[in-house]
Amino acid sequence: MPEEILMAHGDGGKLARDLVAKAFVEVLANPILERLDDSAVVELNGRTAFTTDSYVVTPIFFPGGDIGKLAVCGTVNDLATSGARPLYLSLSLIIEEGLPREDLDRVIASVREAADEAGVVVVTGDTKVVDRGSADKLYINTAGIGEIPEGVNIAGDAARPGDLVLLSGSLGDHGIAVMSQREGIAFSTRLTSDCAPLNRMVSKMLEASPRIHCLRDPTRGGLATTLNEIAHQSRVRILIEEMSIPVKEEVASACEMLGLDPLYMANEGKLVAVVPASDVEDVLQAMRRSRYGEEAVIVGEVVLGEPGRVAMRTRLGTTRIVDMLSGAALPRIC
Amino acid sequence: MKFVSEFRDPKAAKGLLASIHRRSRTPARLMEFCGGHTVAICRNGVRQALPDTIDMVSGPGCPVCVTATADLDKAIAMAQIPDVIIATFGDMMRVPGSQTSLERARASGADIRVVYSPLDALAIAQANPDRQVVFLGVGFETTAPAIAASILTADEKEIRNYSVLSLHKLCPPVIRALLEAGDVRLSGLICPGHVSAVIGSRPWAFIASEFGIPCVVTGFELLDVLHGIDRLTAQVEAGEAKVEIAYGRGVKRDGNPAAMRLMEQVFEPAPAEWRGIGTLPESGLRIRSDYQRFDAECLFEIDPGVPHDQTDCICGDILRGTQTPLDCKSFGTACTPETPIGPCMVSSEGSCSAYYLYGDGNHA
Repeated sequence: MPEEILMAHGDGGKLARDLVAKAFVEVLANPILERLDDSAVVELNGRTAFTTDSYVVTPIFFPGGDIGKLAVCGTVNDLATSGARPLYLSLSLIIEEGLPREDLDRVIASVREAADEAGVVVVTGDTKVVDRGSADKLYINTAGIGEIPEGVNIAGDAARPGDLVLLSGSLGDHGIAVMSQREGIAFSTRLTSDCAPLNRMVSKMLEASPRIHCLRDPTRGGLATTLNEIAHQSRVRILIEEMSIPVKEEVASACEMLGLDPLYMANEGKLVAVVPASDVEDVLQAMRRSRYGEEAVIVGEVVLGEPGRVAMRTRLGTTRIVDMLSGAALPRIC
Repeated sequence: MKFVSEFRDPKAAKGLLASIHRRSRTPARLMEFCGGHTVAICRNGVRQALPDTIDMVSGPGCPVCVTATADLDKAIAMAQIPDVIIATFGDMMRVPGSQTSLERARASGADIRVVYSPLDALAIAQANPDRQVVFLGVGFETTAPAIAASILTADEKEIRNYSVLSLHKLCPPVIRALLEAGDVRLSGLICPGHVSAVIGSRPWAFIASEFGIPCVVTGFELLDVLHGIDRLTAQVEAGEAKVEIAYGRGVKRDGNPAAMRLMEQVFEPAPAEWRGIGTLPESGLRIRSDYQRFDAECLFEIDPGVPHDQTDCICGDILRGTQTPLDCKSFGTACTPETPIGPCMVSSEGSCSAYYLYGDGNHA
């Protein structure tokens, strides 16, 4: 009989202890986690980056990934885009009663796989089980810490006029891949999520130029929202070129059908870099040498002008505003 | 064939633009009826690229925007009935009614679900046999056939807990009303694209023959829009007025007879109230008496009270084409997509939303 997660798996008793040992410690195996003390104890040097994020994606399995991979990559990427070398993660799960054990095992296996790729270890964790209906299958929170190398100063307020804006690849793959699986929308596509850990690429970029001004991963709200945040924080105007922005034909078509704009679609394996013009060639080459940045391009520039504003030069050579996402992306009506 | 990038080719776009510049001599005010066209124009920065002789004005072709406050209030009131599930297209959620919006009603506990298709609403009804599912039938001739199909399916499968609040509107009568009122003088009209895919191009003939206004039916990609403007400019300069189709891949002269049959089987023309324009005869669709058991209007007794429209909102004038969003003193200040006062700022096809999100061409 297929095993399911029961309330008792979260109550601290025998079943819970077995689950922790078999489902987590055995799979995520590392000396710090295996101690099973109340806290993981680690050594750090210099400036430390610390971040947390919760993952509630539905469905929990989607083409190109699952909630486990996402929970590792998302937090790793938040550390990486702060210029940090990600080291340690926490993994906290809220499980809806009745989740097939097989699903949990698949998710934890992909946590391990993504952590290995990123070179991070899961050193502490927690599990709670809630009544059926109180959560949707599985929620995951991860927190992460990483060390920031000497001389690296990356911040959202560091963009300067004259800088160029680089994008590591095509927009919207994750958003559309997940949406294609949703009940009520489901459509078939060969598209897979771009979900990936970007820290190794960021290391290469920082080797090429420690003077990178801003790094961001355009997740929820997409490129448009990320650029608006940078323009706002740095009090600059950003001008992007519509013709330079990479969007796959499948993504463009799906967006057209659903009334969505790729500029606002979520990405989980892409990053935006704002780089002084003098260093752009080196950074671009470093990105293109990474498997996750082969299609990196220059998409725009930081210019003088109304601070906090993002504009786009259209195919016609005219310009238009690119605003932040307002409210949830909703389907079109006609 | 790639259905998106081919219709956004910058070289072809610049060629069409050059043709428009070459042709245009006479000052011309062209109306794009559809909100979808307004969005395409703003998103591609078309207005800035046109010659000074051409002035584009937006029309009432946004089904969410033209839904009267009284009708929206009715939908919100139905959502408050115990055991009722409201299913709606997403665009309706944030439109402010007299007191509240569907989005806020949902936050306060009403069961309101966003769907992409009326058939999804039907599936919700089948999954919840103890509850009543009401689909908000908001839309033009484009969506009406699919909603008619959902009613016929419910009939065939004997699904008894599904109904439709039909707030459908018809496009030809509202264009006639605008032209007869004469508030806005037009030199040409970009006719609805998707509506024409259903009803064909013949229903627009009166615009050319009775009012002497050139018409072009076109699609929603950049090249479609420029092609449409180019054809209209050609007619204006030649002193002609006829209905042309610049959207051959989507629209036939006779439309889609099967879709029209579905629509006629389930619905019949009825008076309808249009925001900012008033009640126009034969401009809406009500459910025929044969299918009355699927008509939410007949099934539920509700009293939404007297509608209250915002006084500092000029959505009505914008929908008639007599004002633009930039003429509104609330635009971009009190009224933004986060704090909408009127529907034109909420709907993804509303003029105010398009002007705000993409700029009017001068403010970018």
